[in-house]
Amino acid sequence: MSRKGIHIEGISKTYGEGNTAVHALKDVSMLVAPGEVVGLIGPSGSGKSTLLKCLGAVIEPTAGRMTLGDEVIYDDGWQVRDLRALRRDKIGFVFQAPYLIPFLDATDNIALLPMLAGVPNAAARARALELLTALDVQHRAEAMPSQLSGGEQQRVSIARGLVNRPPVILADEPTAPLDSERAMAVVRILNDMARKLETAIIVVTHDEKIIPTFKRIYHIRDGVTHEEVGEGRSF
Amino acid sequence: MISLAGRDILHTWGKFVFTGIGLGLLIGVTLVMAGVYRGMVDDGKALLDNSGADLWVVQQDTLGPYAEPSSVNDDVYRTLLAMPGVAQAANVTYLTMQVGSAENEVRAMVVGIAPGSPGTTPGWPPYLVAGRQITRGHYEAVVDIAAGFKVGDRFAIRRNYYTVVGMTRRMVSSSGDPMVFIPLKDAQEAQFLRDNDAIWQSRRRSAANPAFNRPGVPGLLDAVITSQSSNTFVNAVLVTLEPGHAPEEVAAAIRRWKRLTVYTRSQMEGILVGKLIATSSRQIAMFLVILAVVSAAIVAFIIYSLTMDKIREIAVLKLIGTRNCTIAAMIMQQSLALGVIGFVVGKISATFSAPVFPKYVLLTPMDSVAGFFAVLAICILASLVAIRMALMVDPAEAIG
Repeated sequence: MSRKGIHIEGISKTYGEGNTAVHALKDVSMLVAPGEVVGLIGPSGSGKSTLLKCLGAVIEPTAGRMTLGDEVIYDDGWQVRDLRALRRDKIGFVFQAPYLIPFLDATDNIALLPMLAGVPNAAARARALELLTALDVQHRAEAMPSQLSGGEQQRVSIARGLVNRPPVILADEPTAPLDSERAMAVVRILNDMARKLETAIIVVTHDEKIIPTFKRIYHIRDGVTHEEVGEGRSF
Repeated sequence: MISLAGRDILHTWGKFVFTGIGLGLLIGVTLVMAGVYRGMVDDGKALLDNSGADLWVVQQDTLGPYAEPSSVNDDVYRTLLAMPGVAQAANVTYLTMQVGSAENEVRAMVVGIAPGSPGTTPGWPPYLVAGRQITRGHYEAVVDIAAGFKVGDRFAIRRNYYTVVGMTRRMVSSSGDPMVFIPLKDAQEAQFLRDNDAIWQSRRRSAANPAFNRPGVPGLLDAVITSQSSNTFVNAVLVTLEPGHAPEEVAAAIRRWKRLTVYTRSQMEGILVGKLIATSSRQIAMFLVILAVVSAAIVAFIIYSLTMDKIREIAVLKLIGTRNCTIAAMIMQQSLALGVIGFVVGKISATFSAPVFPKYVLLTPMDSVAGFFAVLAICILASLVAIRMALMVDPAEAIG
């Protein structure tokens, strides 16, 4: 698949029907190019999580069109049969909390994804070590999640999101549990990786510290997005 | 692909091992219960094997001598010896009672054996582990080692004292009581021996009965009293067959011509297993079912709890594309691992505790194999609740 980022047009999501219907997303459109990191900000209940779930093929939008690279994955209905494989191979996730598997060490937490996709163990681990090195946590490769600091856990989590080299990464408040210094480090890593791997990254955040680092920001309020050119402040 | 279940077990090995030990003790009790049943059956078969008989001739229409009381005249064996196909016939009595000395009192099955020799006369203990066989007509005994006596010990049966001259092993009744072999005449006396007061009262009643104490019939009363004070009955006649004769044919001839009930080896085994210990086996079966249900409930609860602890990780696994079958396999493998740990602990605990039980506990390899597969089946069933819950987890739970 060629790298053309993610493009959504007119995505809507309505929960319920009739008088009780809640319109969580209303005609949302968004384009994130490969290598670009955009911010998605908005108050609680504005529809951020719903949009993230739609983008992550976790819940089905009510209407609209969603394109991942050249592949239309949603057009008023899922165009892809195996959403699980889609999530595994083409969408990376970075969560607010790292949510690492507690019984796997750092390397295997990352290598699990390619292994699930059928990559041999040795190759998957090599790819994981490569990412750990890129994220400067290679010295913690054999550490269990409970032995890692918050920043290290988040870097391992980012590596897990990147390991299958997906065209898009969805980061849900990745800096929330971190102090300023570590938060900025995470944003720097995301920007570096986006550039190196030509990955489109959407960062949902409330974090005032990192908002100025985005070149483009999507504000979402009451299910409607507005695009804004950010400061794109360098680190 | 790495083993998620294996990694999780290694990560929380303490929880698994201690839970496995708890489950194992329960499985151990289950195996011992099965062993108790097997022991009862084996005791019954040992009783039949050790008697050395091919046929058991008992009172008509009874299930004697082990399952019901049976009385046969003690001269019947002579007529049986004349039957075609009969090699040996010997009287035998069985009496379960308390025997003992001042130091040791046990419940035992007292067996009265007819004069003869081991190997030829049925009813004799076929082998000894110490001492010698009975050689005198009275007051000698060969006892099973489980009775707790040793050669040279003296113990009482009713009013008479017996000296232990030989020891044998695995000679037990169907209920596991050790056997005490004594001469037949002693055993016949012991069966109906009454106290002096009872004898005196009986004689007084006979003397007061005009039918027995008739004027002009001297000697009648004495004859009646003599008859009352002697016992000419035995419980059964044990018969061995000459080579080439089918047990069923000889048994049919005895039934027809002697009007007695005769059981072959397989029929007697059916009585012992199917009737004598039937209630006990049903009781044990009930316990086994209850223990199986309790084991399943424990495994289900533990696996459910372990899965609940990982619910967020399962949501993440599902979100990043893990297949349902991988998650289900992880939970099922953990359940099976718990079962295997439990079974190993249970088997070890059952093996070491079995000899401590007062009754014979027979742990057979086949029971262990069956138990192992039953444990695996229980673990698979018990994991279904946790698997169902894990599969219902919404991957969206991993996002906000």
